[in-house]
Amino acid sequence: MQILGLAPWLVGFPLAGALILLVGGRRLDSWGHWLGVLASTASFGAGLALLLDLLAQPTADRVHVYSLGTWIEAGSFTLDAAFRIDPLSLTFVLLVTFVGTLIHIYSVAYMAHDKSRRRFFGYLNLFVASMLLLVLADSYVLLFVGWEGVGLASFLLIGFWDHKIENAVAGKKAFVMNRVGDMGLITAMMLMIWQFGSLSFDDVLSGAPGLQQGAATAIGLMLLLAACGKSAQFPLQAWLGDAMAGPTPVSALIHAATMVTAGVYLLVRSAPILEAAPTAQLVVVIVGAITLLFGAIVGCAKDDIKKALAASTMSQIGYMMLAAGLGPIGYAFAIFHLVTHGFFKAGLFLGAGSVMHAMDDSVDMRRFGGLMKALPWTAATMGLGWLAILGVPPFSGFWSKDKIIEAAFVGEGWRPWVFGLVALIGAGITAFYMSRLFFMTFAGRRRWPVKDGREVTPHESPALMLWPMIILAVGSVALGFVLQLGGGFTTWLEPVTGHVEHHEPVLAVPVIMTLTLVLVALGIWLAFRQYAMSAVPVEAPRSTVLVRAARQDLYQDPVNEGVVMLPGQVLTRTLVYADRAAVDAGFMSLATGVKKAADGLRQAQNGFVRTYAATSLGGLLVVAAIVWALAG
Amino acid sequence: MAVTNYLILAAILFSIGATTVLLRRNAIIVFMGIELMLNATNLAFVTFARIHGDLTGQVLAFFVMVVAAAEVVVGLAIIVTIFRTRRSASVDDVNLLSR
Repeated sequence: MQILGLAPWLVGFPLAGALILLVGGRRLDSWGHWLGVLASTASFGAGLALLLDLLAQPTADRVHVYSLGTWIEAGSFTLDAAFRIDPLSLTFVLLVTFVGTLIHIYSVAYMAHDKSRRRFFGYLNLFVASMLLLVLADSYVLLFVGWEGVGLASFLLIGFWDHKIENAVAGKKAFVMNRVGDMGLITAMMLMIWQFGSLSFDDVLSGAPGLQQGAATAIGLMLLLAACGKSAQFPLQAWLGDAMAGPTPVSALIHAATMVTAGVYLLVRSAPILEAAPTAQLVVVIVGAITLLFGAIVGCAKDDIKKALAASTMSQIGYMMLAAGLGPIGYAFAIFHLVTHGFFKAGLFLGAGSVMHAMDDSVDMRRFGGLMKALPWTAATMGLGWLAILGVPPFSGFWSKDKIIEAAFVGEGWRPWVFGLVALIGAGITAFYMSRLFFMTFAGRRRWPVKDGREVTPHESPALMLWPMIILAVGSVALGFVLQLGGGFTTWLEPVTGHVEHHEPVLAVPVIMTLTLVLVALGIWLAFRQYAMSAVPVEAPRSTVLVRAARQDLYQDPVNEGVVMLPGQVLTRTLVYADRAAVDAGFMSLATGVKKAADGLRQAQNGFVRTYAATSLGGLLVVAAIVWALAG
Repeated sequence: MAVTNYLILAAILFSIGATTVLLRRNAIIVFMGIELMLNATNLAFVTFARIHGDLTGQVLAFFVMVVAAAEVVVGLAIIVTIFRTRRSASVDDVNLLSR
């Protein structure tokens, strides 16, 4: 298999790009960004070649491992540095490199006036390289290397404009919350070594069905914790909104192709472990359901266009987690939704960036309105992305999200009703807040910000920014339909996710579909009535308790600070105090005591020869007395 | 005359020597006190040799004389040197190490 040798280059191209750009210095400023684009494109080309090669093989032979040699050798434990080429990893590779390349191209224009554009592209390349390493790794350890690389790159990019303190703080927040998830992954790896004595996917996943219930649940929950950190799922979701501090292409990259999808990947990749632990599976579904409602509710109240999109990402990833927790019927749809979401969410973010570009970097949707005429291309591409995320047939979101809702209705007892209804209601709320975003920005009367006594004059973005948006919009329209033709995508993933017989939901499929579409239509109509027909106030009204809570992200930060940060601070302060008061004080008093005793004894050494002589004589007399007494 | 009288004399001489060493400040006088103690010891050695009827005590007395002679040389040299540098023969003035 000559062509498998391309696997390391998938990671190698962007990594080399990052190294050259970050080490090369200012002499690369004039053309460095094109090098970044080239590295990403080369990676996409290699991925495409691997795809064609894989498609030419029979379905059963589509899983390959390409080893670079032994990496870790310690006693009985050996680990290869190996890449795994199979339909799942290749799907991610193509998504990451394709969407990533488009975002690179977009950034060339978007960051044109930024002095450190070269550094930005270095970080982007590092981000792509880390994500590719994450999805291509054949063991949890190598995956963890990519995992941490993604965390590092997101930290660098979220805080890219770190001359503003709140951007740097947002980067730090993302980094710290990700570390919590990393602890989960590390613990899961330790448990795996304990149970399997190995960390390669083959050993762990083939051994998973034989696991004891307790161990499987523990590993499953730790993996879920890791996924929650990376994918911004409840209760580790707080970093995602603040991550909007980064430049808009970074938001697109984090939300569409890299970073937040890593958690879903981890869970789908570790599917056999979750299947061995029904409890962990149930928790995954619950986390997904909570997050999908949480994100949707927050999204309804945000006036910041990027934060509204961030909330929608959280909610959509919630759908994917829910699907991943449903078991074999959900895996393929989780990944399917991830791919279609990658396209329309990247398109929406790039569109938001284009709007910001036109509106003098304003993000307040209450200050937009009526931009349809001024930004026709942006409005068209974002409109297609909007219809796709709503799940309006035949746009791509319909094919993936509807399947997840159907899968949520499969099962016995209370579960299908609860999770199915949550997914259904989520779709309705999604329709409302995404329509709100679209109408507030493009429809209604103009409420543009006034600067120096003049209204800003929006202008359409340059072609370098428009073309990636157009390509992503085409994807948002057609990708879902094309991939589901004849069950194509599900069959393609079968070597990894396994073959699944069709299950009948508790409600008939046409009923579910009709209900979904009715709810979506209702959401659009409500948003249209409130934000397109009637005037939108420029200042946010006081509104109800729920809206105010949602504006504050349902008080996630005060809760985190109150429940985790404050007790932590109290604990550390108490420990520091105890250390000073007990341990340090004990040793200090010992030292002072010795010093005082020494001071006392020093008085005897007065420097007078006669005193010493008298002491000697006294000693002699004492010895003589003792001898005399003993001799008796 | 009883032989023990010599021992009593030796004890008295030793006590005078020790008291001199302890009470006087002049280095020369202190030195003389040391000599007195050494010679009191010699007297005791010789007396015991007489009492026991062997020569060990007398031999030891010779040793003490030799050591005492050497000690006088070294001791006097030290005292003279100190006097030359510090213009004082008082033992209390020699206290550099205690500061």
